[in-house]
Amino acid sequence: MPTFTFDGQPIPFRPGQSVGAALIAAGIYSWRVTRVDARPRGLFCGIGVCFDCLVTIDGAPNQRACRAPAADGISVTTQRGTGHDDLAV
Amino acid sequence: MARVVVVGAGMVGAACAYSLARDGHEVTVVDRGPVGGGTTSRGEGNILVSDKSAGPELALALRSVELWRRIAERLGADTLEWEPKGGLVVATTDETLGALREFATQQAAAGVSCEPVEPGDLSGYEPNLAPDLPGGVFYPGDQQVQPVRATAALLYAARIDGATVRHGVEVLGVRTRSDGQVWSVECRVDGAVVEIDADAVVNATGTWAGDVSARIGAPVPVLPRRGFILVTEPLPRVVRHKVYTADYVSNVASGAAGLETSVVVEGTRGGTVLIGASRERVGFDTTISYAVVRTMAAQAVRIFPFLDRVSLLRVYTGFRPYCPDHLPVIGADSRIGGVYHACGHEGAGIGLAPATGEMIADLVSGRSTFVPAEPFSPDRFVFEAA
Ligand SMILES: Cc1cc2nc3c(=O)[nH]c(=O)nc-3n(C[C@H](O)[C@H](O)[C@H](O)COP(=O)(O)OP(=O)(O)OC[C@H]3O[C@@H](n4cnc5c(N)ncnc54)[C@H](O)[C@@H]3O)c2cc1C
Ligand code: FES
Repeated sequence: MPTFTFDGQPIPFRPGQSVGAALIAAGIYSWRVTRVDARPRGLFCGIGVCFDCLVTIDGAPNQRACRAPAADGISVTTQRGTGHDDLAV
Repeated sequence: MARVVVVGAGMVGAACAYSLARDGHEVTVVDRGPVGGGTTSRGEGNILVSDKSAGPELALALRSVELWRRIAERLGADTLEWEPKGGLVVATTDETLGALREFATQQAAAGVSCEPVEPGDLSGYEPNLAPDLPGGVFYPGDQQVQPVRATAALLYAARIDGATVRHGVEVLGVRTRSDGQVWSVECRVDGAVVEIDADAVVNATGTWAGDVSARIGAPVPVLPRRGFILVTEPLPRVVRHKVYTADYVSNVASGAAGLETSVVVEGTRGGTVLIGASRERVGFDTTISYAVVRTMAAQAVRIFPFLDRVSLLRVYTGFRPYCPDHLPVIGADSRIGGVYHACGHEGAGIGLAPATGEMIADLVSGRSTFVPAEPFSPDRFVFEAA
């Protein structure tokens, strides 16, 4: 089975699954920490509308996990806040 | 004390209501829609002295920044998201830098505080700026508010001073007495025509002021000038001041009919960065133009290269209310006693609102105005048409 990693942990997926679906199937429900109150977030609408499910994929923040296709070898990481802390002045 | 109906619950109508209610007038604000639902919710909240050349509009702007400061002190800076952050104007070529420095010298003579910024010092102001810009000018007097919150805050304060705010009230016209004075304002409410008794009516309907002034029987020419704003995903603080390119200065003053873009970048409390603003005369066409959006995005990336790693969430559009001579119309209409106009502020209605409200209150209360009112008088259109 193809796999990607989530915070270093291997996550198997079936071809055609989204990153979000594969994470849920692996028992992981939260992969983002909100920017104001540091609350956990995962899937909400599941159809690309609400932007609650944002996650960092291969270093690029703010990807919708419910829309991003899972792909072999990608690195998915928990997103904290805006995902752009490096730009702060 | 007069019974005054203010038509329009946008930034300008709210500022008029605020000053009139403080004077003790019996104020009713009416709007066909919600608070700030017109152009006030379609722009940015820049309060600028930096983009204005010496003249009547600059005088109004200088008075307004002082009044915004007092309003923030009285009502609380947080309620308005008022930030006296200052403006940094940058040039992208040596040629525009020369023009900008000359412009700033004339502004300084007219009472605007500004400081030239050498290329090596730009990053001290804005660490994320492109490293190859030839220089700029810093204007400590520029400020920012959240326009809808500021509108709501001024209306709230007006209500504490006795004003009434009514929604779903569309103004159809005015009725006059036999001597030509305003007697009442005719409105449509829930499909029925009702009258609100009034000694004075203030036309603060922004981009729709041409239509409303004609309904009232005292027409002034106000036309729409479209602008797009690009909204980024939420970011940490990436931009400290309002930052814009010097091309903006020449565009604002320009009378050209075609598209003008020059980039204005500002951070907001919410975290999104706003990128404005284009100027086009295309009537009330709300179609998003991707060519315009692309041009604006490219200009923004030119001065803030990090933006090419940032996603846009959305684009919105609004219609600036402009008069053919690019000055707002503020003052009494000589055709119908008791009719006042406070409209046509183009791309500066947020910034200029408090001094406009003060001027209207001074005129209604029969005082001399703080800023000379004559250049803004509706008479310039009345006698032109006659
Ligand atoms: C893209 C863009 C960027 C901008 N950026 C800035 C900026 O950075 N700084 C700045 O100072 N300005 C800016 N502006 C300009 C600013 O937004 C306007 O000048 C200002 O909002 C005008 O306020 P107003 O109260 O006159 O009009 P509006 O907010 O439009 O209010 C008019 C009100 O009148 C009501 N109305 C209309 N007809 C009737 C009727 N018949 N009966 C009852 N009610 C009626 C409407 O419902 C509306 O609520 C920008 C504008 C745009 C489009
Ligand atoms: S869960 Fe709503 S956009 Fe992904």
